[in-house]
Amino acid sequence: MLTYSIRRLLIAIPTLLFISLVIFLILEMAPGDPLADQPLTVPPEVREKMRAALGLDQPAWVRYLLWLKQFFWTEPLHLVDSLLGTGFADPAGRIVSWQFRAPAMDIIWQRLPQTLQVVGLAYLVGVIIAVPIGIISAYRQYSWFDNIGTFVSMVGFSVPTFFTGVVLIIVFAVNLHWFPSIYDTTLKVTDWESFLKQARQMVMPVTVLALFNASQISRFMRASMLDNLQQDYVRTARAKGMGEKVVVLRHVLRNSLIPVVTVIALGIPTIFGGAIITEQVFKVNGLGQLLITAIYANDLPMVQTLTFIFAALTVLFNLIADVLYGVLDPRIRYD
Amino acid sequence: MTEASPARVEAAVRPPRNQWWDVWDQFKTHRGALVGLVIFGAILFAILAGPFLWRLDPTYVDPNPVNMLKLRNQGPSLAHPFGTDQLGRDMLARIMAGGRVSIAVGLTAMALSIFLGTLIGVVAGFFKRMDGLLMSMTDLFLSLPLLPLLLLMVTLFREPLSQALGTETGIFLLIVTAIGVTSWMHTARIVRGEVLTLKEREYVLAARSIGTPSRRLVLRHILPNVMSPIMVSATLGIANAIITESALSFLGLGFPPDFPTWGRILFDAIDQMQLYPLRVILPGVAISLTVLSVNYIGDGLRDALDPRIRGR
Repeated sequence: MLTYSIRRLLIAIPTLLFISLVIFLILEMAPGDPLADQPLTVPPEVREKMRAALGLDQPAWVRYLLWLKQFFWTEPLHLVDSLLGTGFADPAGRIVSWQFRAPAMDIIWQRLPQTLQVVGLAYLVGVIIAVPIGIISAYRQYSWFDNIGTFVSMVGFSVPTFFTGVVLIIVFAVNLHWFPSIYDTTLKVTDWESFLKQARQMVMPVTVLALFNASQISRFMRASMLDNLQQDYVRTARAKGMGEKVVVLRHVLRNSLIPVVTVIALGIPTIFGGAIITEQVFKVNGLGQLLITAIYANDLPMVQTLTFIFAALTVLFNLIADVLYGVLDPRIRYD
Repeated sequence: MTEASPARVEAAVRPPRNQWWDVWDQFKTHRGALVGLVIFGAILFAILAGPFLWRLDPTYVDPNPVNMLKLRNQGPSLAHPFGTDQLGRDMLARIMAGGRVSIAVGLTAMALSIFLGTLIGVVAGFFKRMDGLLMSMTDLFLSLPLLPLLLLMVTLFREPLSQALGTETGIFLLIVTAIGVTSWMHTARIVRGEVLTLKEREYVLAARSIGTPSRRLVLRHILPNVMSPIMVSATLGIANAIITESALSFLGLGFPPDFPTWGRILFDAIDQMQLYPLRVILPGVAISLTVLSVNYIGDGLRDALDPRIRGR
C-alpha cells in the first residue's frame, strides 16, 4: 500500500507540471492584453516600462519557469517564514496579483474561510442527509419513501443551482423577509447576536448547495446499498438469526459505504472551486468569486495560481480516494 | 378441428422482431421515462413549431420611444401571455427563441462530446499501443478543473472568434467546442471498457480470421455493440450541456444580450427579480423541465438497454 501511494505521488508530479503548462498555454494563447484598458494618452515608452514592470517583456518560457519557481519555491518558503518568523523568502519574488497589487496567495488565504464556511458546511450537511436517505430508499425499494426520494434527487441535480438560489431569494428574502439575500462577508461573529445573524445569512446558500450534493450522494448510497442487499452474506447473516438492525447497519452499511466514501472524497475539491455559481448568486466573497473577478479583470497571475490550486486539489483527492478504497476494502490489493 | 387458430399461425409466421422493439417495451414500463419523453417532446414541439403560430419577433423593440416605455415590464396579458421584458420585447417569443438556441447547443455539444469520447474509447480499447497514452490523457482531463477552464476559454476567445465568424456563429461554435472538449472523458472510459471485453469475443475472432481489416471490424462488429452505453451517455450529455451553457450565460459569459438563450434571459432578469419574479421563473422552469425530462429519459434508456433487466 505504501509503495502504491508513493508511486502515485511520484506520477502526480509530472501530471501537475503538465496541467500547469496547459493552463499557462491557454492563458498565453489568449489575445487579451492586460494593459488594454490603459488610456491611449500613455506614451509608448511608458507603456513599455509598464509591460516590463509586469514582467511581460520576457519570453513565454521564462515567465512560465518564473511562475513555477514562485509557486513551488518562494511561496512555500514564505509560508514557513510566516509560521516560524524566519526570513528565508524574498518578499519581492512572490506571485503578485495585477488587480490587487498584492501577493496572490495572501488574497487567497483571506477568501478561503468564506468558501470553507459556506461550501464546506453545505457539503457536510449534504452528506449527513444523503446517507440515511440512501439507506432507507434501498431498504424499502419502490416504497413511497423511495419513490419520493428518487424524484427529489432527480429534481435536485436537474435544477441548476443558480435557479434554486434565485427562487429561494425571491421567496424567502424578497417576499417573506426571513433571510438576507446578500451574504455580508464583513460580519464578525463576536456575540450571540452576530452569530444568529451569521447563521441566518448562511441558511440559503447552504440549503441550495446541500440539496445539490445530497441528491447526488444519496443516489450513490442507494445504488450501493441495493448491490449489497442482494449478496449471499446478507442471507447468511439473516439465516444465523441476526436482527434486521445488525444485518443492515453493521453488515450491509459498512460494505456499501466503501464506494460512497470514495465518491465523497472525490467531491471535496469541488468545495473549493465548484461553487462558483452559488457564490455568485448570493454574493459570497469566496474563492469562486475571486476567480470570476480575476478572469474579468485579466489578472493572469491570479487566474493561473487559482486554477492550478483547483487542479492540484483534484489530483490530490483522486489519489486519496484510490488509497482509501484500498484501505477500506480488503479485496483490493494494489501491490 | 385440426386447423390452428389464427393467432397461433400469426405467431409462427411473424418475422423475427427487431431488438429495438424489446427495448421500447422495456422503456414503456418506466413511468418516469415515459412522462419525460412526453414532456421533452412537448418542449421540442413548442420551440420548433411555436414561432409559426406565435409570430412576434423576439428581438423586436418598438422604435417609438413612448410606445417602448409603455410596453416595458408588462405582466401577462392576452397580447403578451408571458408579459414583456425591460425593453418591451415579448417574453413568450423570447422563451421560444431561447429554447431553440439552448437545445441546439445541447445537441451539438453532446454530438461533439460523444464523437470524441467514442473515437478515443474505441481507439484505446481496440489498439493496445494507443491505450496507455490515450487513457492517461483521459485521466489528465478528468483532473482538470473544468468549470474554471471553461470560463477561461470562453472569456479569452470570445472576442477574436466573434470578429472572425460573426457574433452568433462565433460564440455558438466557441461554446459548443468548449463544452464538447471538456465532457468526453466519461464516454471514452465506458466505451473503452466495453470494447476491451467485446474484442475477446468469438465473433470478432471469426471476423478477423476471414481477413476483415481493423477498420471494418470496428465499424461493422464492435461499434453497433457499444451503441447502448453510448446512447445513455448521449442523453445524459444533452442535459449536462444545457446546464453548462445556461451556467455560462448566467455568469454573463455566454451569448450576447440580443441573442436570447434560456440562461441569458434568466441572467437579464436577475437585476429586477424583486419587481418581476415571473421573468426569472419562466426561463428557469424551462431549463429545469428540459433537463429533468432528459435525465428521466436517460434513466429509462439505461434500464431498457440493459439486457439483464429487460424482459423481467
